[in-house]
Amino acid sequence: MSQLDTLKSAIKDRLGELECVIGWEQGYDPLHATPLFIRTEADLDRLIIGPLAVHNLATYLTAYKGKKIGVVVKGCDSRSVIELLNENLISRDDLVIFGLCCDGVVSQRKIRAALPADPGFVEAVDISANGLKITVAGQTAMLNMTDILADKCRTCQHPNALISDVLIGENRQSASSTSLACQEEFEAKSDAEKFAFWQETMSRCIRCYACRNACPMCVCRDYCIATSRDPLWVSQDNSPAENFMFQMIHVSHLAGRCTECGECERACPVDIPLMLLRRFMNKQVQDVFEHQAGTDLEQTPPLLTFKVEEERINERGW
Amino acid sequence: MEKFITTTNLTRLAEELAANHRVLAPVATGCTVTFRRFQPGMTLDLHSRMAAVSAKAGTFPQTETLFLVKRDTTEKKPELIETLPQGKNVVIGGRPCDARGKLMFDPVYGTEKIKDLYFLQRRENTIFITLACDRPETTCFCHSVGSGPADPTGSDILLTLVGDGYVARAMTPAGEDILKLSLFTEAGDKGKEADAKNAKAREMMGQPHDYSSAPATILARFDDMDFWQAQAAKCISCGACTYMCPTCYCFNITDDDLGLNSQRIRTWDNCMSHTFTLEGSGHNPRSTKAHRLKNRVGHKFSYYPDLHQGVMACCGCGRCIKQCPVGIDIRQIVKAAQEYSE
Repeated sequence: MSQLDTLKSAIKDRLGELECVIGWEQGYDPLHATPLFIRTEADLDRLIIGPLAVHNLATYLTAYKGKKIGVVVKGCDSRSVIELLNENLISRDDLVIFGLCCDGVVSQRKIRAALPADPGFVEAVDISANGLKITVAGQTAMLNMTDILADKCRTCQHPNALISDVLIGENRQSASSTSLACQEEFEAKSDAEKFAFWQETMSRCIRCYACRNACPMCVCRDYCIATSRDPLWVSQDNSPAENFMFQMIHVSHLAGRCTECGECERACPVDIPLMLLRRFMNKQVQDVFEHQAGTDLEQTPPLLTFKVEEERINERGW
Repeated sequence: MEKFITTTNLTRLAEELAANHRVLAPVATGCTVTFRRFQPGMTLDLHSRMAAVSAKAGTFPQTETLFLVKRDTTEKKPELIETLPQGKNVVIGGRPCDARGKLMFDPVYGTEKIKDLYFLQRRENTIFITLACDRPETTCFCHSVGSGPADPTGSDILLTLVGDGYVARAMTPAGEDILKLSLFTEAGDKGKEADAKNAKAREMMGQPHDYSSAPATILARFDDMDFWQAQAAKCISCGACTYMCPTCYCFNITDDDLGLNSQRIRTWDNCMSHTFTLEGSGHNPRSTKAHRLKNRVGHKFSYYPDLHQGVMACCGCGRCIKQCPVGIDIRQIVKAAQEYSE
């Protein structure tokens, strides 16, 4: 049985006891998937998995508190589920996890850059193990999967769901590389260059909060300080400075919690490379607390606890 | 009036206009195209793709300063400084859906009783030099909401790509004035080519969807929260759809207290957000995302057309579909209401 058929069969076995199971289906064109909320066996027929199933469905979980639901997760998505459990934000008893062994997902941005015409003109997509054969505006291009893989997949250390009730597929190998050229290039810049980069990039930000709302760990939802009026913490002025302020709040509120699923960057309608900030912060957390969010059900996120003396913070040494 | 302008001269036109206008034009950063304040030396990108965000900011900027307040350290009364928009603007390289958006603002911000001077001044002082589309994207449906890929409504000049330049057609006296500049030459036979291209683009869009039953059928679902919960299940309540939209005109007003210099600003608001209808008492009449999605779809395809002679508050640009992080398709939601049966 194919991975998809095994998954369908596993979901069918549990569907009766669940409010719904969240997976993916074909979206508005052949190049896009969209989340699917499976309630009946007829819905199940529409389920798809594969390189277009980019969305981290863990972002929906906190909204179903008190209801028993199922969710399909890739390796990276499973880290968000673990982090939500670590923080006691969801209950394991209310969740049936269908874990996937994942071959990676595409970056729509890389596809856009690689195609001879805008992907909005897509006519057909043929998905194979090697890549995507895409016809746009009458021209067909073969894009190799290695060239269009999302950045997170290029360095993925957890391609197999780390937590699941049912694990579907054969275990995949972790990526051999853990570093990304784009990150290294960015971090090698001087402070002045970085500042100029963010000034320019944040002038594109429209503060739509897609980055925030796609984030599975942004659990404040309707009560985010970015939109509070009293007190007015962040101005609604969409100047680069205020936009950057919001992004700084977002990134620091994820310290020790970000599972690097990349949803913030994927969701951004104006392509702001937000993962540059996330990856940098996560590296600091790793250095100071030896902590990688969402990788261990037993761990406590470092900012949800304290030690009188932190091993790697020399508090009185200076 | 019909003229021709080469691609090179269009850039020169943008540069010349930038001398005494605030010019907004599509500019690429990598493979991301957005409307930017155009300055000489920048490269126009009219063709690689449609700009991610609509050209709404041309007449309705995301942040508008309503007035400034200046104080000093004495007991003197604070001074209010008017900041009505000054100067002239040009939007170059928007699409027909971009140019049309502001028309949906008119019956709201320019009524007999209520005049929004900030919007109206920009509306009056903004020239739209629009590019006709030559091919529809999978998310385009302008032909289903009373428009089309070469619809000149709302534009001062309509450009159609022919060979190494554009056939330019003036739609207004302001457009004619620009076409009199020496950068333009006679169009000659190119006009016919432009007509053929426009017709082909329209043909490629296929049959329009009939939305005429949408106002009544959406209203019929008003109390059916099961319907809206199913439609909204995947919504993540961000504002990408509304901020992309050429016709979404809602705003917020906040005071930025900057010490001795303060300002009252209005900024784009977003009906998908919880705070949009949060009342002072703490009560929220649209407490869930299902209520909010119902409002967005209902406003565009039911309440607005009911109030304004059947005109949908939608240009069919499809940005809300393709920029939605989870791929919500407003066409499918309206269709579901239209085709609903018990």
